Amino acid sequence: MKKSKSRKQPNKDSVFPAVCLIPSLIGVLIFFIIPFCVIIYYSMVDNAISKEFVFLDNYINVLKNNAFKKAALNTFSFAMISVPLAVVLSMFLAMLLDSKIPFVSQFRTSFLCPMMVPVASVVLIWQVIFHYNGALNEFLANFDVDKIDWLKSELGQVVVVLLFLWKNLGYNMILFLAALNNIPKDILEVATLEGAGSVYKFFKIKLRYLSPTILFVTVLSLINSFKVFREVYLLTGDYPYDSLYMLQHFMNNTFRNIDYQKLSSAAILMAIVMIIIIGALFIAENKFGEDVEG
Amino acid sequence: MSNAAVKKIRRPSRIRQKIIVAVLTVFAAVSAVIFLLPTVLTIANSFMSASEISANYGSVFATTEEGSKVYVSERINLKFIPDMVSFSQYFTVLFKSPDYLLKFWNSVILVVPIVVFQLGTASLAAYGFARLKGRLKEILFFVYIIVMLMPYQVTLVPNYLVSDWLNILDTRWAIILPGIFTPFSVFLLTKIMRRIPSVMIEAAKLDGAGELQIFMYICMPLCKSALYSVAILVFIDYWNMVEQPLILLSDPDLYPLSVFLSRINTGEIGLAFAVATIYMIPALLIFLYGEDYLVEGITYSGGIKG
Repeated sequence: MKKSKSRKQPNKDSVFPAVCLIPSLIGVLIFFIIPFCVIIYYSMVDNAISKEFVFLDNYINVLKNNAFKKAALNTFSFAMISVPLAVVLSMFLAMLLDSKIPFVSQFRTSFLCPMMVPVASVVLIWQVIFHYNGALNEFLANFDVDKIDWLKSELGQVVVVLLFLWKNLGYNMILFLAALNNIPKDILEVATLEGAGSVYKFFKIKLRYLSPTILFVTVLSLINSFKVFREVYLLTGDYPYDSLYMLQHFMNNTFRNIDYQKLSSAAILMAIVMIIIIGALFIAENKFGEDVEG
Repeated sequence: MSNAAVKKIRRPSRIRQKIIVAVLTVFAAVSAVIFLLPTVLTIANSFMSASEISANYGSVFATTEEGSKVYVSERINLKFIPDMVSFSQYFTVLFKSPDYLLKFWNSVILVVPIVVFQLGTASLAAYGFARLKGRLKEILFFVYIIVMLMPYQVTLVPNYLVSDWLNILDTRWAIILPGIFTPFSVFLLTKIMRRIPSVMIEAAKLDGAGELQIFMYICMPLCKSALYSVAILVFIDYWNMVEQPLILLSDPDLYPLSVFLSRINTGEIGLAFAVATIYMIPALLIFLYGEDYLVEGITYSGGIKG
């Protein structure tokens, strides 16, 4: 409040909006900010009783932990495959719906539908399809392909990527559709008149205007890629096949024996990595799209 | 070049255009079928009798059970249309297994308060963020965005800690309270409220309206459709929750159906599809009636900088 006094207009106009902020602010402070600060503290002491300061020891322990390494690697490799695919394919779907084909609104509805369906509801069907005795193997048997235990092999990641795309493409597609609508039509028309092909128009014009959306969809897909734990957990439970052991599994299992030091340092490591990645994406986008943003 | 010549050049390209559109339409139609298939299959299967289900999928679900033999077919049989439409699954769920209805109620009692109170506190906070100026506000908003971007793996640790302090661990409050203050809807509504033309607000002020009136009679009515959109997005996120109950609730009796559904054991596979369908219904109804709001909400969410 001191700050607003030194501003030019500390008038009564800002009292009500400031009051409006209070309930939410208190909640965010209590449930997120304050405990987060405490966690930073916890991550640097050796245990909750003696509270001896050990600085980075807990972090080093977590980084050396095999389960954490595996979980981080799996989550990372999953994100590296699924996020680019989610961006490219949803952009493609948006362009498909933007290309003057009939039944656009029906198609939009069907692409959006998966995001509304709770994972728990379709998990049964996924099981029927991807099980060792499931429909996919049955189908592949027609082509003399040997049975594959999809969820209990290295291919588990492929299945999960598919499920992730199925659920998330619709949301991303809507974002791209909105962005495509915002590209100034006259620029595209001029380009057409001057003989630009659609490939040229895509790479030299549309992509520039889409770049903020590409950034946003990338960040969003990255965040959502952490939520794929839902599918994995509902399909395979607490202890899935190695290649499907995600960070959330690690956290769940660490919660079970309430090791605050391990939990806090793992959470903070993840927070730092997220901030770095998102920050890097922002910088990249600023460089790439600077000439179109006003 | 004569007119006829121009036409001659254009005609083949128009045919090509038509072929392209046809190919794209077919492609879109195939994708649409793939997107809809799992949902449709789940619903279709909910109208099969229990014995038909175990005859069709026995070889999938029987293997997870040790020992006891169920009626199992050798081959998997993924079907759209039941041999005989039967409501027996629904009958069992509704009248014989109150457990599932109880879990459905658990979901409702967790999600509804979160949606209602998150929208309440968020629309106030968004008004604050949209109307205030200055450095402090910008820093706060930035903090909200950071919190919003953090995955559950990060935020659940603070949530757990606070629930432990407040002694609400293993109660519904441990999920509801942090849910209410999740900054997502604050972020979205702030972006929407910023679009309200300041001319309108200035005019209201000249007419003698105070900040409270501006909020009640200008801001809220203008944001009505945005509030629906945000409500849908928040609802669907929590209706689908898995991570929070697993960590914050240790008593499976309190679990929402979104977690419990996966624990249906093989003996009850005959009613699983009906439970799954019942759980979809609220979400699908909202989608059916609110698709435009949903699309609007997603569109608003685009662009963090906005």
